[in-house]
Amino acid sequence: MLIAATIAILLVMILGIIRGVVGPTLYDRILAVNMFGTKTVLLISLLGFAMGRPDFLDIAIVYALINFISIIGVLHFSDSAVFKHDPHDSGSTNKDA
Amino acid sequence: MDTIVSMASALCLLLGSFLCLSGGVGILRFPDFYTRMHAVGVTDTLAAAMILIGLMLQNPEGLVMLKLLLILLMTIFISPVASHALAKAAFKNDLVPLSDSNENKGGTESSIS
Amino acid sequence: MRDLFAVIMMTGIFGLLSASFFVAMDAVDVAFTEASVGAGIATLLMLTAVTLTGRSEDSERHKPMWALVVVFTTGGLLIYGTLDMPYFGFAEAPVHQHVAPRYIYDSMQETGLPNIVTSVLASYRGFDTLGEVVVIFTAGMGVLALLRVERRPGIDQIMADSIFYLMHERHLILRIVTKMLLPFILLFALYVQFHGDFGPGGGFQAGVIFAAGIILYAMVFGLNTARYVVNRTFVRSLSAIGVLLYGGVGVVSMLLGGNFLDYDVLADSPVAGQHLGILLIELGVGLTVAAVMVIIFFNFCGRRDLP
Repeated sequence: MLIAATIAILLVMILGIIRGVVGPTLYDRILAVNMFGTKTVLLISLLGFAMGRPDFLDIAIVYALINFISIIGVLHFSDSAVFKHDPHDSGSTNKDA
Repeated sequence: MDTIVSMASALCLLLGSFLCLSGGVGILRFPDFYTRMHAVGVTDTLAAAMILIGLMLQNPEGLVMLKLLLILLMTIFISPVASHALAKAAFKNDLVPLSDSNENKGGTESSIS
Repeated sequence: MRDLFAVIMMTGIFGLLSASFFVAMDAVDVAFTEASVGAGIATLLMLTAVTLTGRSEDSERHKPMWALVVVFTTGGLLIYGTLDMPYFGFAEAPVHQHVAPRYIYDSMQETGLPNIVTSVLASYRGFDTLGEVVVIFTAGMGVLALLRVERRPGIDQIMADSIFYLMHERHLILRIVTKMLLPFILLFALYVQFHGDFGPGGGFQAGVIFAAGIILYAMVFGLNTARYVVNRTFVRSLSAIGVLLYGGVGVVSMLLGGNFLDYDVLADSPVAGQHLGILLIELGVGLTVAAVMVIIFFNFCGRRDLP
């Protein structure tokens, strides 16, 4: 059952990568990274149990924290002025935010 | 007793995997950013909680149990907050939700390829 | 991809992926480092760099054809080289014959630490680790020399800023959750620091996690508030104190009659000496890494906020 759950999570990670590569807007990519992070936490916990090494849970905790911090970081910096005037920008929706 | 616990654990893991998969299909198939966000944000927390509870039912010893509990608490706090911040930032930067009335094709910003 | 922001997001995914790979290969400490450094702090620092430089890549003036050819040739040669290598996990492979058996069989008696990676990193290969810490320290000094911002906000400015940030309803949920999480992040960093002898972890990872906590505070509550909390002079001296502590352990062990960084002489019995020495140098590594990360982030962000 652990193995089945691991495989399911790996599948979901692949779907997430596809969305991250395709994903038309910036926020789609951030969403993909966020989902990828949560899935990595789960994957590492599951692998730790499947391989009988509960040490891995430390890494899962680090991931949960680091994922949060990097998402907040991305959003913090996406508020800044540089992200709003894009050189290729020609009358897009995010011009006057 | 043991069989009941292991059955419950397997059930939780199965449910978590199913929720994960439905979130994954959602992020790929839904039409615009907000719907994708809804698919992932809603399923993510419950799926993580289910899988972690499933692992907790595998009878680990003290410290491991504590760490699992810590991960569960963090996921419950962090995941919805991250979704909230993401949706708010997207809305504040004028990413228009897809609707019947507007011509917008659902979050296809022309600037970002 | 011309959008550098998207490139950074993909780099973050790559970091997460390679850490899962390390976990699958049973290399817990490496996965730990990759998790905290590769996926976490590197993404953040690259983001701050991008906010300084602009979001899209310059159009190149030449065709990068030759570079592609060189890369493919080198890659092909490297893959060709691996064909002669022994199978993965082959017991007779040269890498498993030279020093690895000594580490695996004797490190428990010699250093008394269950985590072989820590004993190799801090004791057998202590000199290399000293070099790594000095490199990190030099990087911090380089950032200070190039990007230091001398505009020092007055206390009135700081108070006004923090009141503005506190009263401002923006990010309310984020603030509350951050306040709740921050003690756990710092506590977990300390756990990683001092539990590194027995489980995965150590100075590098702990320093990065500690710095990430401070960076989170700075992002959510504003840079000036964070600067008020974390004194800049203190952080700068802390980065030097870490290196000095590391080197000092080496000098003390020399004065006590051993070799440089030979911890056997630090206490009554060799094992106790090793324990003390490894604890001290891990502390030095942690201090330097945390201080340098905070310095880099504050200076990048301070430069961005300049009018």
